Amino acid sequence: MSGVLVVLEQRAGVWNKMSFEAVAASVALAEKLDVGWSAAVLHGPSTGPGGWETGGKKPDAVYAVEHALLQEYTADGYVIALEQLVKKVGPGYVIFPHTYQVRDFAPKLATRFGQVLISDVTAIHDGPFFVRQLLQGKLNADYKQTAAGPCFVSVQAGSFRASEEAGEAVTAEVFAPEIVAEQIRSKPGELFRESAQTVDLSVAPVIVSVGRGIGEQENIGIVQELADALGAELAASRPICDNGWLPMERQVGSSGQTVSPKLYLAVGISGAIQHLVGMKGSKAVIAINKDENAPIFEVADFGVVGDLFEIVPELTKAVLAAKS
Amino acid sequence: MKILVAIKQVPERDAQIHVAADGKWIGEEDLSYTINEPDAYALEEALQLKEKNGGEVVVVCAGPERVTSTLREALAKGADRAIHIEADDLGERDTLGIAQMLADAMKAEAPDLILTGLQSDDLGLGQTGVVLAELLGMPHATIIMQVEVIGSGLKVKRELEDGWFQHVEMPLPALLTIQSGGNKLRYATLMGIKKAKTKETATVAASAAGAKAVSLEKVYLPEKQKKTEMLTGTAAEVAAKLVEKLKFEVRVI
Repeated sequence: MSGVLVVLEQRAGVWNKMSFEAVAASVALAEKLDVGWSAAVLHGPSTGPGGWETGGKKPDAVYAVEHALLQEYTADGYVIALEQLVKKVGPGYVIFPHTYQVRDFAPKLATRFGQVLISDVTAIHDGPFFVRQLLQGKLNADYKQTAAGPCFVSVQAGSFRASEEAGEAVTAEVFAPEIVAEQIRSKPGELFRESAQTVDLSVAPVIVSVGRGIGEQENIGIVQELADALGAELAASRPICDNGWLPMERQVGSSGQTVSPKLYLAVGISGAIQHLVGMKGSKAVIAINKDENAPIFEVADFGVVGDLFEIVPELTKAVLAAKS
Repeated sequence: MKILVAIKQVPERDAQIHVAADGKWIGEEDLSYTINEPDAYALEEALQLKEKNGGEVVVVCAGPERVTSTLREALAKGADRAIHIEADDLGERDTLGIAQMLADAMKAEAPDLILTGLQSDDLGLGQTGVVLAELLGMPHATIIMQVEVIGSGLKVKRELEDGWFQHVEMPLPALLTIQSGGNKLRYATLMGIKKAKTKETATVAASAAGAKAVSLEKVYLPEKQKKTEMLTGTAAEVAAKLVEKLKFEVRVI
């Protein structure tokens, strides 16, 4: 067992960009361990994303895992195919981007090898120790593999910087797994969207976002007033939209929109990982929260620890006064 | 339809936490605990499926004595029975160990459907359900918003990234991990709380822990990614300071 195998993700021939962050993590790990690395992508016949280039340390091999039953994603198909590939390649580490698809099948694949996926990793330290967040980001933890055999790891969006160097074109070697239709138990349907999104938060220069700390739906008004005063779009963290207090299309985070405004003003948002991945590209972040240990302060430029019900109306008044 | 709901008890969200002396977990002395929120949505989905299709809802939770309060709450909301897997050593088991313990306790129940939350609020590994499905030889689907019984199987709505969804069909028995927000959570009624007292909670011993594949070596407070300037004072003073920043540094007014 040696080397690092990274599994990239594509859908209908289009790369999921997080794949290249997983490649960056894999190259860094391979360099740290002084071992080789290889890459794999699964797809149906002739729907692969084609050749790709890689900068930095060259891969030992690239595998196009190709089968008619891999045309559409199913957990069963992906696990069967990757189990065969991992047995053939014999890597010490198998790295994935932490996408919704990987969350669906990688734990099952790891179980086939008697292993546990170390999921949603934000950094890799010497050891190797895999760093991940606990308690909605309030704590970090170092995880280590203690069993023999391949170590399965998925890396969080935005934690590793994808290489932008132009590299040499790499030719993939076709790997044809053995899968029969009876092994695939679920039947996937077409992808769809609920309704046309009418709010595009990704282009908003200023966003005022509200979270659980607001307590009740009636209280959202004070945050709306602040947003109006600033000429900002109103957004929210998931729990607010789950409760139906604001429409889903105003949600920022891994299951909602990804934003990078000039200012992101977070009101009563603790800053769970799923929220942070949607807004950490913001140029400036201001956080108002009653808990001084809230993880939102880790990404904030300016922070206020206090009662939002006192601070927000004062701030609205002050903004209106400054503008007039 | 017999539905098992795997529930985890986790520290309250607002809990003030500190790292325990051994550096491997948080101090548990003053913590209060509650149901893992995604598991509350799994329970809600189970109760609604029972209301539509009939059957039985059984809640299962592993942990020390304190988890029985979470099970009682689930019974008060409408679950029919509870199974408490007695285990004081959850920290000594990794995901595979936890899933194996759940599988051992669930097998004899021969459920048609197992529901659980998509991840826990404390460890957040998001895997127990998927691993459990593999150990029980069931098909699964994750991050589910809606469940519909069709013929002898299920049609589920799976959430994907960036506002996309997908329907997936599968036969029973199956396991689903439930996303929050698909339904509105119910509260326990007074009648429900009274009724819960007459419902059965079976206590079963946890199967022995095996060797771990991964271990949590240490926990620590995260380093700040940015240097945060904290603004202090009365609400009016803080507001004035923020406006200065908005004008001269962030430049949005």
